[in-house]
Amino acid sequence: MLAVENITKRFATPEGTISALEGVALDVPKGRFVALIGPSGCGKSTLFNIIGGLVDDYAGRVLIDGHPIDGTHHDVGMVFQEESTFPWLTTVENVAFPLDVTGVPKAERLERARRLLALVGLEGFENRFPAELSGGMRQRTAIARTLAFEPKLLLMDEPFGALDEQTRLLLGDQVLRIHRELEQTTLLITHSITEAVQLADQVIVMTYRPGRVKRVVEIDLPRPRTSEIVSSPEFGRLVATIWNDLREEASLGMKDIELHARAGH
Amino acid sequence: MSRRTRAAVAGLIGVAAAALAVEAVVRLGWISPLIIAPPSSLPGAFGKLWVEGFVVQPFALTIGQAFAATSAAALAGIPCGYLLWRRPTLGTAYEPWIGAAFAAPTILLFPLFLVLFGRTYATTIFVGFLAAVIPVVLKTREAFLGVPRVLLDVGRSLRLSEAALVRRIAFPAAVPGIFTGLRLALIYALVNIIGMEFLIDFGGLGRIVSEMYFRYEIPGMYAAIFLIVAVSWTFLAALARLETWLRPR
Repeated sequence: MLAVENITKRFATPEGTISALEGVALDVPKGRFVALIGPSGCGKSTLFNIIGGLVDDYAGRVLIDGHPIDGTHHDVGMVFQEESTFPWLTTVENVAFPLDVTGVPKAERLERARRLLALVGLEGFENRFPAELSGGMRQRTAIARTLAFEPKLLLMDEPFGALDEQTRLLLGDQVLRIHRELEQTTLLITHSITEAVQLADQVIVMTYRPGRVKRVVEIDLPRPRTSEIVSSPEFGRLVATIWNDLREEASLGMKDIELHARAGH
Repeated sequence: MSRRTRAAVAGLIGVAAAALAVEAVVRLGWISPLIIAPPSSLPGAFGKLWVEGFVVQPFALTIGQAFAATSAAALAGIPCGYLLWRRPTLGTAYEPWIGAAFAAPTILLFPLFLVLFGRTYATTIFVGFLAAVIPVVLKTREAFLGVPRVLLDVGRSLRLSEAALVRRIAFPAAVPGIFTGLRLALIYALVNIIGMEFLIDFGGLGRIVSEMYFRYEIPGMYAAIFLIVAVSWTFLAALARLETWLRPR
Protein backbone atom coordinates (compact mmCIF):
# COMPACT_ATOMS: atom_id res chain seq x y z
CA MET A 1 0.00 0.00 0.00
CA LEU A 2 2.48 2.65 1.25
CA ALA A 3 6.11 2.36 0.23
CA VAL A 4 8.75 4.84 1.30
CA GLU A 5 11.93 4.46 -0.75
CA ASN A 6 15.28 5.80 0.31
CA ILE A 7 14.08 9.15 1.67
CA THR A 8 16.80 11.63 2.51
CA LYS A 9 16.09 15.13 3.75
CA ARG A 10 18.60 17.82 4.70
CA PHE A 11 18.01 21.25 6.19
CA ALA A 12 20.26 24.26 5.86
CA THR A 13 20.81 25.96 9.23
CA PRO A 14 23.12 28.79 10.35
CA GLU A 15 25.41 26.10 11.84
CA GLY A 16 25.54 24.19 8.56
CA THR A 17 23.53 21.48 6.85
CA ILE A 18 21.65 19.09 9.12
CA SER A 19 20.70 15.69 7.80
CA ALA A 20 17.26 14.96 9.23
CA LEU A 21 16.60 11.69 7.38
CA GLU A 22 19.08 9.42 5.64
CA GLY A 23 17.93 6.66 3.29
CA VAL A 24 14.70 5.84 5.13
CA ALA A 25 12.74 2.98 3.59
CA LEU A 26 9.62 1.31 4.92
CA ASP A 27 6.47 -0.48 3.79
CA VAL A 28 2.98 -0.40 5.21
CA PRO A 29 0.91 -3.23 3.66
CA LYS A 30 -2.84 -2.79 3.19
CA GLY A 31 -4.83 -3.09 6.40
CA ARG A 32 -1.73 -3.12 8.63
CA PHE A 33 -1.08 -0.82 11.57
CA VAL A 34 2.54 0.28 11.65
CA ALA A 35 4.07 2.49 14.32
CA LEU A 36 7.22 4.53 13.78
CA ILE A 37 9.09 5.32 16.96
CA GLY A 38 12.22 7.30 17.65
CA PRO A 39 13.75 9.84 20.01
CA SER A 40 13.08 13.57 19.69
CA GLY A 41 15.05 14.93 16.75
CA CYS A 42 15.06 11.71 14.72
CA GLY A 43 13.04 13.28 11.90
CA LYS A 44 9.72 11.54 12.65
CA SER A 45 7.64 14.63 12.03
CA THR A 46 9.68 15.48 8.91
CA LEU A 47 8.87 12.02 7.54
CA PHE A 48 5.19 12.56 8.47
CA ASN A 49 5.18 15.81 6.47
CA ILE A 50 7.00 14.19 3.52
CA ILE A 51 4.55 11.26 3.32
CA GLY A 52 1.65 13.70 3.72
CA GLY A 53 3.04 15.85 0.91
CA LEU A 54 3.56 19.01 2.98
CA VAL A 55 7.34 19.02 2.48
CA ASP A 56 9.15 18.92 -0.82
CA ASP A 57 12.79 19.17 -1.77
CA TYR A 58 13.78 15.73 -0.53
CA ALA A 59 15.46 12.76 -2.18
CA GLY A 60 13.68 9.43 -2.57
CA ARG A 61 10.11 8.43 -3.37
CA VAL A 62 6.78 7.94 -1.65
CA LEU A 63 4.45 5.46 -3.39
CA ILE A 64 0.82 4.60 -2.79
CA ASP A 65 -0.27 1.32 -4.41
CA GLY A 66 2.88 1.46 -6.52
CA HIS A 67 2.27 4.99 -7.83
CA PRO A 68 4.70 7.74 -6.81
CA ILE A 69 2.99 10.71 -5.18
CA ASP A 70 4.12 14.29 -5.19
CA GLY A 71 2.53 16.76 -2.83
CA THR A 72 -0.68 16.22 -0.88
CA HIS A 73 -2.78 13.28 -2.03
CA HIS A 74 -6.40 12.28 -1.49
CA ASP A 75 -5.32 8.74 -0.52
CA VAL A 76 -3.38 10.05 2.48
CA GLY A 77 -5.29 11.39 5.48
CA MET A 78 -3.28 13.29 8.07
CA VAL A 79 -3.98 13.63 11.78
CA PHE A 80 -1.74 16.22 13.37
CA GLN A 81 -0.08 16.33 16.75
CA GLU A 82 -1.28 19.87 17.48
CA GLU A 83 -4.85 20.92 18.12
CA SER A 84 -6.32 21.10 14.62
CA THR A 85 -10.10 21.18 14.91
CA PHE A 86 -11.69 24.36 13.57
CA PRO A 87 -12.96 26.30 16.60
CA TRP A 88 -15.68 28.11 14.60
CA LEU A 89 -17.36 24.87 13.50
CA THR A 90 -19.36 22.40 15.57
CA THR A 91 -18.07 18.85 15.97
CA VAL A 92 -20.29 17.51 13.20
CA GLU A 93 -19.38 20.42 10.90
CA ASN A 94 -15.69 19.78 11.58
CA VAL A 95 -16.03 16.14 10.57
CA ALA A 96 -18.13 17.04 7.53
CA PHE A 97 -15.64 19.71 6.41
CA PRO A 98 -13.65 17.54 3.93
CA LEU A 99 -16.94 16.42 2.38
CA ASP A 100 -18.22 19.99 2.22
CA VAL A 101 -15.16 21.17 0.28
CA THR A 102 -15.55 18.32 -2.20
CA GLY A 103 -19.19 19.20 -2.82
CA VAL A 104 -20.98 16.30 -1.08
CA PRO A 105 -24.63 17.36 -0.51
CA LYS A 106 -25.35 18.67 2.99
CA ALA A 107 -27.70 15.89 4.16
CA GLU A 108 -25.30 13.17 3.02
CA ARG A 109 -22.20 14.75 4.52
CA LEU A 110 -23.89 15.37 7.88
CA GLU A 111 -25.13 11.77 7.93
CA ARG A 112 -21.65 10.44 7.21
CA ALA A 113 -20.14 12.79 9.80
CA ARG A 114 -22.59 11.57 12.45
CA ARG A 115 -21.71 7.94 11.67
CA LEU A 116 -18.01 8.72 12.06
CA LEU A 117 -18.60 10.58 15.30
CA ALA A 118 -20.36 7.49 16.61
CA LEU A 119 -17.38 5.40 15.47
CA VAL A 120 -14.99 7.51 17.54
CA GLY A 121 -17.36 7.50 20.53
CA LEU A 122 -18.62 11.07 20.26
CA GLU A 123 -22.36 10.49 19.89
CA GLY A 124 -24.30 13.27 21.57
CA PHE A 125 -21.54 15.83 21.02
CA GLU A 126 -22.42 16.62 17.40
CA ASN A 127 -23.47 20.19 18.05
CA ARG A 128 -20.78 21.10 20.55
CA PHE A 129 -17.93 23.41 19.63
CA PRO A 130 -14.32 22.22 20.11
CA ALA A 131 -13.88 24.62 23.04
CA GLU A 132 -16.54 22.61 24.88
CA LEU A 133 -14.67 19.31 24.43
CA SER A 134 -11.66 17.78 26.18
CA GLY A 135 -8.31 17.44 24.41
CA GLY A 136 -8.92 13.74 23.76
CA MET A 137 -12.37 14.43 22.32
CA ARG A 138 -10.96 17.10 20.03
CA GLN A 139 -8.31 14.68 18.73
CA ARG A 140 -10.99 12.05 18.11
CA THR A 141 -12.92 14.70 16.18
CA ALA A 142 -9.78 15.31 14.11
CA ILE A 143 -9.44 11.55 13.45
CA ALA A 144 -13.10 11.33 12.40
CA ARG A 145 -12.61 14.35 10.11
CA THR A 146 -9.64 12.63 8.45
CA LEU A 147 -11.56 9.38 8.04
CA ALA A 148 -14.46 11.29 6.46
CA PHE A 149 -12.88 11.36 3.02
CA GLU A 150 -11.94 7.68 3.26
CA PRO A 151 -8.18 7.87 2.73
CA LYS A 152 -6.35 4.68 1.89
CA LEU A 153 -3.69 5.54 4.46
CA LEU A 154 -4.35 7.10 7.86
CA LEU A 155 -1.19 8.96 8.83
CA MET A 156 -1.06 10.09 12.45
CA ASP A 157 1.66 12.16 14.12
CA GLU A 158 1.48 11.64 17.89
CA PRO A 159 -2.22 12.48 17.98
CA PHE A 160 -2.42 11.87 21.73
CA GLY A 161 1.02 13.29 22.53
CA ALA A 162 -0.37 16.13 24.62
CA LEU A 163 -2.60 13.86 26.74
CA ASP A 164 -1.88 12.04 29.97
CA GLU A 165 -0.89 8.35 29.97
CA GLN A 166 -4.23 7.01 31.24
CA THR A 167 -6.24 8.92 28.65
CA ARG A 168 -3.83 7.75 25.96
CA LEU A 169 -4.34 4.11 26.90
CA LEU A 170 -8.12 4.51 26.79
CA LEU A 171 -8.00 6.41 23.49
CA GLY A 172 -5.76 3.63 22.20
CA ASP A 173 -8.73 1.31 22.67
CA GLN A 174 -10.81 3.60 20.45
CA VAL A 175 -8.09 3.63 17.78
CA LEU A 176 -7.90 -0.18 17.92
CA ARG A 177 -11.66 -0.37 17.46
CA ILE A 178 -11.55 2.00 14.48
CA HIS A 179 -8.74 -0.03 12.93
CA ARG A 180 -10.66 -3.25 13.47
CA GLU A 181 -13.96 -1.95 12.08
CA LEU A 182 -12.54 -0.14 9.04
CA GLU A 183 -9.45 -2.31 8.45
CA GLN A 184 -7.77 1.02 7.96
CA THR A 185 -4.14 1.02 6.85
CA THR A 186 -2.43 3.19 9.44
CA LEU A 187 1.01 4.66 10.04
CA LEU A 188 1.33 6.08 13.54
CA ILE A 189 4.28 8.26 14.44
CA THR A 190 4.92 8.30 18.16
CA HIS A 191 7.52 8.61 20.87
CA SER A 192 5.56 6.38 23.28
CA ILE A 193 6.73 2.77 23.35
CA THR A 194 3.63 1.53 25.16
CA GLU A 195 1.37 3.26 22.62
CA ALA A 196 3.31 1.74 19.72
CA VAL A 197 3.18 -1.81 21.17
CA GLN A 198 -0.46 -1.48 22.26
CA LEU A 199 -1.66 -0.45 18.80
CA ALA A 200 0.65 -1.70 16.08
CA ASP A 201 1.32 -4.88 14.11
CA GLN A 202 4.83 -3.69 13.49
CA VAL A 203 7.07 -1.09 15.16
CA ILE A 204 9.82 0.63 13.21
CA VAL A 205 12.57 1.99 15.46
CA MET A 206 14.44 5.07 14.18
CA THR A 207 17.95 6.22 15.02
CA TYR A 208 18.74 9.67 16.37
CA ARG A 209 19.81 12.26 13.80
CA PRO A 210 20.16 11.51 10.96
CA GLY A 211 17.00 9.42 11.17
CA ARG A 212 17.44 5.93 9.76
CA VAL A 213 15.50 2.71 10.25
CA LYS A 214 17.35 0.95 13.05
CA ARG A 215 15.15 -2.08 13.54
CA VAL A 216 11.73 -3.47 12.67
CA VAL A 217 9.94 -5.26 15.50
CA GLU A 218 6.94 -7.48 14.72
CA ILE A 219 4.25 -7.20 17.38
CA ASP A 220 2.73 -10.64 17.57
CA LEU A 221 0.26 -9.84 20.34
CA PRO A 222 -3.16 -11.34 19.61
CA ARG A 223 -5.95 -9.20 18.15
CA PRO A 224 -8.51 -7.96 19.01
CA ARG A 225 -6.57 -6.09 21.67
CA THR A 226 -7.53 -3.65 24.38
CA SER A 227 -5.46 -1.61 26.79
CA GLU A 228 -5.59 -4.57 29.20
CA ILE A 229 -2.80 -6.07 27.10
CA VAL A 230 -0.31 -3.75 28.81
CA SER A 231 -0.31 -6.03 31.87
CA SER A 232 0.73 -9.14 29.91
CA PRO A 233 4.32 -10.44 30.17
CA GLU A 234 4.60 -10.50 26.38
CA PHE A 235 3.77 -6.79 26.23
CA GLY A 236 6.48 -6.09 28.79
CA ARG A 237 8.98 -8.14 26.82
CA LEU A 238 8.26 -6.21 23.62
CA VAL A 239 8.46 -2.85 25.39
CA ALA A 240 11.83 -3.88 26.87
CA THR A 241 13.12 -5.01 23.47
CA ILE A 242 12.21 -1.70 21.85
CA TRP A 243 13.55 0.31 24.79
CA ASN A 244 16.91 -1.48 24.47
CA ASP A 245 17.11 -0.20 20.90
CA LEU A 246 15.82 3.24 21.71
CA ARG A 247 17.83 3.87 24.86
CA GLU A 248 21.10 4.43 23.01
CA GLU A 249 19.40 6.76 20.49
CA ALA A 250 17.56 8.72 23.17
CA SER A 251 20.86 9.15 25.09
CA LEU A 252 22.52 10.51 21.95
CA GLY A 253 19.66 12.96 21.52
CA MET A 254 19.86 14.10 25.14
CA LYS A 255 23.65 14.61 24.92
CA ASP A 256 23.20 16.61 21.74
CA ILE A 257 20.61 18.87 23.38
CA GLU A 258 22.85 19.41 26.42
CA LEU A 259 25.78 20.21 24.15
CA HIS A 260 23.72 22.81 22.32
CA ALA A 261 22.50 24.27 25.60
CA ARG A 262 26.13 24.62 26.83
CA ALA A 263 27.21 26.19 23.55
CA GLY A 264 24.29 28.60 23.87
CA HIS A 265 25.56 29.78 27.25
CA MET B 1 -29.65 34.28 37.49
CA SER B 2 -27.29 33.67 34.57
CA ARG B 3 -23.70 34.91 34.60
CA ARG B 4 -24.57 37.43 31.90
CA THR B 5 -27.49 38.86 33.87
CA ARG B 6 -25.35 39.01 37.02
CA ALA B 7 -22.65 40.90 35.08
CA ALA B 8 -25.25 43.35 33.71
CA VAL B 9 -26.69 43.94 37.20
CA ALA B 10 -23.19 44.40 38.65
CA GLY B 11 -22.42 46.91 35.89
CA LEU B 12 -25.60 48.89 36.59
CA ILE B 13 -24.88 48.89 40.34
CA GLY B 14 -21.38 50.26 39.64
CA VAL B 15 -22.69 53.04 37.38
CA ALA B 16 -25.43 53.92 39.91
CA ALA B 17 -22.85 54.05 42.73
CA ALA B 18 -20.60 56.34 40.65
CA ALA B 19 -23.59 58.58 39.81
CA LEU B 20 -24.53 58.79 43.51
CA ALA B 21 -20.94 59.69 44.44
CA VAL B 22 -20.83 62.46 41.81
CA GLU B 23 -24.24 63.73 42.96
CA ALA B 24 -22.97 63.84 46.53
CA VAL B 25 -19.74 65.72 45.80
CA VAL B 26 -21.62 68.30 43.69
CA ARG B 27 -24.39 68.79 46.26
CA LEU B 28 -21.88 69.09 49.08
CA GLY B 29 -20.27 71.89 47.08
CA TRP B 30 -16.92 70.14 46.75
CA ILE B 31 -17.16 70.54 42.97
CA SER B 32 -19.05 73.34 41.25
CA PRO B 33 -22.12 72.34 39.20
CA LEU B 34 -20.65 74.60 36.49
CA ILE B 35 -17.85 72.04 36.12
CA ILE B 36 -19.72 68.78 36.63
CA ALA B 37 -23.48 68.59 36.23
CA PRO B 38 -25.18 66.60 39.01
CA PRO B 39 -26.53 63.34 37.52
CA SER B 40 -30.02 64.22 38.80
CA SER B 41 -30.07 67.15 36.33
CA LEU B 42 -29.46 64.90 33.32
CA PRO B 43 -33.03 63.61 32.71
CA GLY B 44 -34.25 67.23 32.51
CA ALA B 45 -31.35 68.10 30.23
CA PHE B 46 -32.19 65.14 27.95
CA GLY B 47 -35.78 66.37 27.82
CA LYS B 48 -34.61 69.81 26.82
CA LEU B 49 -32.29 68.42 24.14
CA TRP B 50 -35.20 66.35 22.81
CA VAL B 51 -37.54 69.35 22.65
CA GLU B 52 -34.91 71.41 20.81
CA GLY B 53 -34.46 68.57 18.24
CA PHE B 54 -30.92 67.85 19.45
CA VAL B 55 -31.29 64.10 19.98
CA VAL B 56 -32.58 62.04 17.06
CA GLN B 57 -31.02 63.85 14.11
CA PRO B 58 -27.57 64.49 15.67
CA PHE B 59 -27.52 60.92 17.00
CA ALA B 60 -28.33 59.58 13.52
CA LEU B 61 -25.77 61.92 11.91
CA THR B 62 -22.94 60.88 14.21
CA ILE B 63 -23.74 57.17 14.03
CA GLY B 64 -24.02 57.43 10.23
CA GLN B 65 -20.64 59.14 9.91
CA ALA B 66 -18.97 56.69 12.32
CA PHE B 67 -20.51 53.81 10.34
CA ALA B 68 -19.29 55.26 7.04
CA ALA B 69 -15.76 55.89 8.36
CA THR B 70 -15.48 52.45 10.02
CA SER B 71 -16.92 50.66 6.97
CA ALA B 72 -14.48 52.48 4.68
CA ALA B 73 -11.65 51.60 7.09
CA ALA B 74 -12.74 47.95 7.01
CA LEU B 75 -13.03 47.91 3.21
CA ALA B 76 -9.57 49.43 2.75
CA GLY B 77 -7.82 48.11 5.86
CA ILE B 78 -8.72 44.42 5.79
CA PRO B 79 -7.34 43.86 2.24
CA CYS B 80 -4.23 45.91 3.14
CA GLY B 81 -3.64 43.88 6.31
CA TYR B 82 -4.20 40.68 4.33
CA LEU B 83 -1.69 41.81 1.70
CA LEU B 84 0.89 42.61 4.38
CA TRP B 85 0.43 39.01 5.64
CA ARG B 86 0.53 37.37 2.22
CA ARG B 87 3.63 39.33 1.22
CA PRO B 88 5.90 39.03 4.27
CA THR B 89 8.49 41.38 2.78
CA LEU B 90 5.86 44.10 2.44
CA GLY B 91 4.66 43.36 5.96
CA THR B 92 8.14 43.62 7.46
CA ALA B 93 8.88 46.76 5.44
CA TYR B 94 5.70 48.71 6.19
CA GLU B 95 4.45 47.51 9.56
CA PRO B 96 6.80 49.84 11.53
CA TRP B 97 5.78 52.84 9.39
CA ILE B 98 2.09 52.12 9.75
CA GLY B 99 2.57 51.55 13.47
CA ALA B 100 4.32 54.91 13.76
CA ALA B 101 1.50 56.61 11.82
CA PHE B 102 -0.96 55.19 14.38
CA ALA B 103 0.42 57.60 16.97
CA ALA B 104 0.11 60.63 14.67
CA PRO B 105 -2.68 63.07 15.69
CA THR B 106 -4.18 63.20 12.18
CA ILE B 107 -7.07 65.34 13.40
CA LEU B 108 -4.65 68.27 13.63
CA LEU B 109 -4.52 68.25 9.83
CA PHE B 110 -8.18 69.29 9.75
CA PRO B 111 -7.51 72.70 8.13
CA LEU B 112 -6.00 70.85 5.16
CA PHE B 113 -9.06 68.60 4.86
CA LEU B 114 -11.34 71.64 5.12
CA VAL B 115 -9.51 73.11 2.14
CA LEU B 116 -9.74 69.80 0.24
CA PHE B 117 -13.33 68.81 1.02
CA GLY B 118 -14.91 71.96 2.47
CA ARG B 119 -17.06 72.11 5.62
CA THR B 120 -18.90 68.93 4.66
CA TYR B 121 -19.47 65.40 5.92
CA ALA B 122 -16.67 64.29 3.59
CA THR B 123 -14.21 66.08 5.89
CA THR B 124 -15.51 64.57 9.14
CA ILE B 125 -15.79 61.09 7.63
CA PHE B 126 -12.31 61.31 6.10
CA VAL B 127 -10.77 62.34 9.43
CA GLY B 128 -12.58 59.40 11.08
CA PHE B 129 -11.45 57.05 8.32
CA LEU B 130 -7.78 58.12 8.63
CA ALA B 131 -7.78 57.37 12.34
CA ALA B 132 -9.69 54.11 11.91
CA VAL B 133 -7.90 52.49 9.02
CA ILE B 134 -4.53 52.05 10.76
CA PRO B 135 -5.71 49.75 13.58
CA VAL B 136 -7.67 47.70 11.03
CA VAL B 137 -4.55 47.18 8.89
CA LEU B 138 -2.31 46.33 11.85
CA LYS B 139 -4.79 44.03 13.62
CA THR B 140 -5.75 42.25 10.38
CA ARG B 141 -2.11 41.43 9.65
CA GLU B 142 -1.62 40.34 13.25
CA ALA B 143 -4.77 38.18 13.08
CA PHE B 144 -3.63 36.35 9.94
CA LEU B 145 -0.13 35.92 11.37
CA GLY B 146 -1.74 34.34 14.43
CA VAL B 147 -3.61 31.66 12.47
CA PRO B 148 -2.14 28.36 13.70
CA ARG B 149 -0.05 26.78 10.97
CA VAL B 150 -1.62 23.41 11.65
CA LEU B 151 -5.06 24.68 10.56
CA LEU B 152 -3.61 25.70 7.21
CA ASP B 153 -1.83 22.32 7.00
CA VAL B 154 -5.19 20.60 7.47
CA GLY B 155 -6.49 22.57 4.49
CA ARG B 156 -3.40 21.73 2.43
CA SER B 157 -3.73 18.04 3.32
CA LEU B 158 -7.31 18.27 1.99
CA ARG B 159 -5.91 19.75 -1.23
CA LEU B 160 -7.72 23.07 -0.92
CA SER B 161 -6.74 25.73 -3.43
CA GLU B 162 -4.99 28.83 -2.04
CA ALA B 163 -8.20 30.84 -2.43
CA ALA B 164 -10.25 28.19 -0.62
CA LEU B 165 -7.58 27.95 2.07
CA VAL B 166 -7.96 31.66 2.78
CA ARG B 167 -11.77 31.71 2.50
CA ARG B 168 -12.52 28.50 4.38
CA ILE B 169 -9.75 28.46 7.00
CA ALA B 170 -7.48 31.52 7.30
CA PHE B 171 -10.27 34.12 7.29
CA PRO B 172 -12.59 32.44 9.82
CA ALA B 173 -9.58 31.74 12.05
CA ALA B 174 -8.57 35.41 11.83
CA VAL B 175 -12.05 36.85 12.48
CA PRO B 176 -11.58 37.50 16.25
CA GLY B 177 -8.36 39.44 15.61
CA ILE B 178 -9.90 41.38 12.72
CA PHE B 179 -12.82 42.37 14.94
CA THR B 180 -10.41 43.62 17.60
CA GLY B 181 -9.15 45.99 14.89
CA LEU B 182 -12.70 46.97 13.93
CA ARG B 183 -13.63 47.76 17.54
CA LEU B 184 -10.54 49.96 17.85
CA ALA B 185 -11.39 51.51 14.47
CA LEU B 186 -14.87 52.40 15.62
CA ILE B 187 -13.60 54.05 18.79
CA TYR B 188 -10.94 56.04 16.93
CA ALA B 189 -13.38 57.03 14.17
CA LEU B 190 -15.99 58.15 16.68
CA VAL B 191 -13.57 60.18 18.82
CA ASN B 192 -12.14 61.91 15.76
CA ILE B 193 -15.54 62.58 14.18
CA ILE B 194 -16.90 64.03 17.43
CA GLY B 195 -13.71 66.11 17.71
CA MET B 196 -14.17 67.42 14.18
CA GLU B 197 -17.86 68.19 14.75
CA PHE B 198 -16.85 70.10 17.86
CA LEU B 199 -13.99 71.96 16.15
CA ILE B 200 -15.84 73.03 13.01
CA ASP B 201 -19.29 73.30 14.67
CA PHE B 202 -20.83 71.01 12.09
CA GLY B 203 -22.73 67.72 12.02
CA GLY B 204 -24.08 65.65 14.91
CA LEU B 205 -23.44 65.19 18.60
CA GLY B 206 -20.03 66.90 18.62
CA ARG B 207 -21.75 70.07 17.41
CA ILE B 208 -24.40 69.70 20.15
CA VAL B 209 -21.70 69.35 22.82
CA SER B 210 -20.07 72.47 21.38
CA GLU B 211 -23.35 74.40 21.36
CA MET B 212 -24.22 73.41 24.94
CA TYR B 213 -20.68 74.31 26.01
CA PHE B 214 -20.85 77.77 24.50
CA ARG B 215 -24.33 78.30 25.98
CA TYR B 216 -22.96 77.31 29.41
CA GLU B 217 -25.65 74.65 29.57
CA ILE B 218 -23.48 72.22 31.48
CA PRO B 219 -26.18 69.52 32.10
CA GLY B 220 -27.04 69.66 28.37
CA MET B 221 -23.36 69.20 27.49
CA TYR B 222 -23.08 66.13 29.71
CA ALA B 223 -26.35 64.78 28.33
CA ALA B 224 -24.92 65.08 24.81
CA ILE B 225 -21.75 63.31 25.95
CA PHE B 226 -23.92 60.47 27.27
CA LEU B 227 -25.56 60.26 23.85
CA ILE B 228 -22.09 59.82 22.35
CA VAL B 229 -21.51 56.93 24.77
CA ALA B 230 -24.84 55.51 23.57
CA VAL B 231 -23.63 55.71 19.94
CA SER B 232 -20.46 53.85 20.88
CA TRP B 233 -22.41 51.21 22.84
CA THR B 234 -24.89 50.68 19.97
CA PHE B 235 -22.09 50.27 17.46
CA LEU B 236 -20.01 47.91 19.61
CA ALA B 237 -23.09 45.76 20.29
CA ALA B 238 -23.80 45.58 16.54
CA LEU B 239 -20.17 44.57 15.88
CA ALA B 240 -20.38 41.84 18.52
CA ARG B 241 -23.51 40.50 16.80
CA LEU B 242 -21.79 40.55 13.42
CA GLU B 243 -18.75 38.73 14.84
CA THR B 244 -20.92 36.00 16.37
CA TRP B 245 -22.75 35.62 13.07
CA LEU B 246 -19.49 35.31 11.12
CA ARG B 247 -17.78 33.07 13.66
CA PRO B 248 -19.92 31.42 16.34
CA ARG B 249 -16.89 30.63 18.58
